[in-house]
Amino acid sequence: MGAVVKVHNLSMKYHSINSEIAAVENINLSVEEGEFVSIVGPSGCGKSTLLSLIAGLLLPSEGQVIIEGKQVIGSSHQVGYMLQRDHLFEWRTILENVVLGLEITHTLNPETKGSVTRLLDTYGLADFKDKYPNQLSGGMRQRAALIRTLATDPKILLLDEAFSSLDYQTRLAVAEDIYMIIKRENKTAVLVTHDIAESISMADRVVVLTRRPGSIKSVYNIELSCDNRTPMNSREAPEFRHYFNQIWKDLDVHV
Amino acid sequence: MFMFDKKRTISKEHMEFLMKVRQRKILILSARILILLAFFLLWEVMAELKLIDSFITSRPSRIARTIGNLYSEGTLFYHTGVTCFETVVGFLLGTIVGTVAAIILWWSNLLAKVLEPYLVVLSSLPKIALGPIFIVWIGAGTASIIMIALTVSVVVTILEVLNGFLAVDQDKIKLVKTFGANRLQVFTKVVMPSTIPVIINSLKVNIGLSWVGVIVGEFLVSKAGLGYLIVYGGQVFQLDLVMTTVLILSAAAALMYQGVVYLEKLLMKNGRYTSDKIE
Repeated sequence: MGAVVKVHNLSMKYHSINSEIAAVENINLSVEEGEFVSIVGPSGCGKSTLLSLIAGLLLPSEGQVIIEGKQVIGSSHQVGYMLQRDHLFEWRTILENVVLGLEITHTLNPETKGSVTRLLDTYGLADFKDKYPNQLSGGMRQRAALIRTLATDPKILLLDEAFSSLDYQTRLAVAEDIYMIIKRENKTAVLVTHDIAESISMADRVVVLTRRPGSIKSVYNIELSCDNRTPMNSREAPEFRHYFNQIWKDLDVHV
Repeated sequence: MFMFDKKRTISKEHMEFLMKVRQRKILILSARILILLAFFLLWEVMAELKLIDSFITSRPSRIARTIGNLYSEGTLFYHTGVTCFETVVGFLLGTIVGTVAAIILWWSNLLAKVLEPYLVVLSSLPKIALGPIFIVWIGAGTASIIMIALTVSVVVTILEVLNGFLAVDQDKIKLVKTFGANRLQVFTKVVMPSTIPVIINSLKVNIGLSWVGVIVGEFLVSKAGLGYLIVYGGQVFQLDLVMTTVLILSAAAALMYQGVVYLEKLLMKNGRYTSDKIE
């Protein structure tokens, strides 16, 4: 299995009138097919910048991002991006919402519409196709948002703090839910979060970033001794606490 | 998740609650009608008892007679029609031109920045002051009146709608950009639909402003319309005519406003646009 995404010596600077701020510096990272990578870091360390760079929403100051052997210049629909809030459009029905990406990429045809409908059916949203987002619960909305992302069949999913707008219980449940769907659809994913437990529970590999300018501080291959690995079960594994403490130390949090 | 079960039985308590809501509605409606009747009655009685001078205040019975006269002369619907036509045209043009201008300014950030001070000056300028200029340029007629109505509402529309466009959640824009959306798609898929409630709201403001523009225009041009009747009545000291026209004007303005409210309901049905902030 080859690397889906390769990040090469990536640096990014923001310019303002008074200063130049280095958001991320010299990042090297590669994500294998089917892998789930979490990126944790202190707030403002450039985690989201890194995702925007991978998605091609921003152009790097230095270095490059390569997806499936091709350099990323400008946004491409090889990447599926999930934001903090679901951002389902309240003026569209659920079905109209999930085909948004297909509409934009001009790939909406009976075939793609059929496969999206199948996804909705598979993940329990069949009865909500013609409902508006405000008629759905938070968890269902997040699920619909994931299906919207999956609809364009992206090579890699980028989850930008995708659960942090939910309350704690919903968040655990939705993380579980989204994780299962990602695994079942066999997708490669990168999750950015500031929640250490969440990062360990979902990932095969956790990348810890330093304070700004963000660069890679350490990388952990998460190996947990639990059968049937799900975010919930992972939290029960004996090694979980060990990883947690180590990452906590790496983050070096001062109040 | 909210699922409405229409067939559920209503408990006694809930029944009582619904009754109370209903009673309150009836109370409010009857109080409103009562105030109106009392006002006209008081007016009439005070005029009858000569507590007020009905030469300068007029009185409901004479207003009713004036309406009858206007109707039999055939001028009632003519003047009302002229004014309503001018208002609707001015209102529609103001909204359309304003929205199109806002779209252009949203599209070109640079242009918006360049034109900003001019917009500020135009928005604080009392547009009525331009009336005589339009009359000289376009002529003393309907076109000038519509132009004044348009000018009064257009700048407000530009600013309102542009602010609406700029207030669209950046993350929503980011979302469509991750699908590779171009600027036109960003506009048609996100910015425009998100701003519909703002545009509807500006319709409500514009209808009021258009009335102002049209009436002032008719004051200046004075050939036909309700504004003309008011000015004419004032000049010949026929307060009956002035009061009658003001009443007709209030009714027409209220009806048109209700029309916009109805349009809003129509566009916002199905629970769309009921804000997605509750999550």
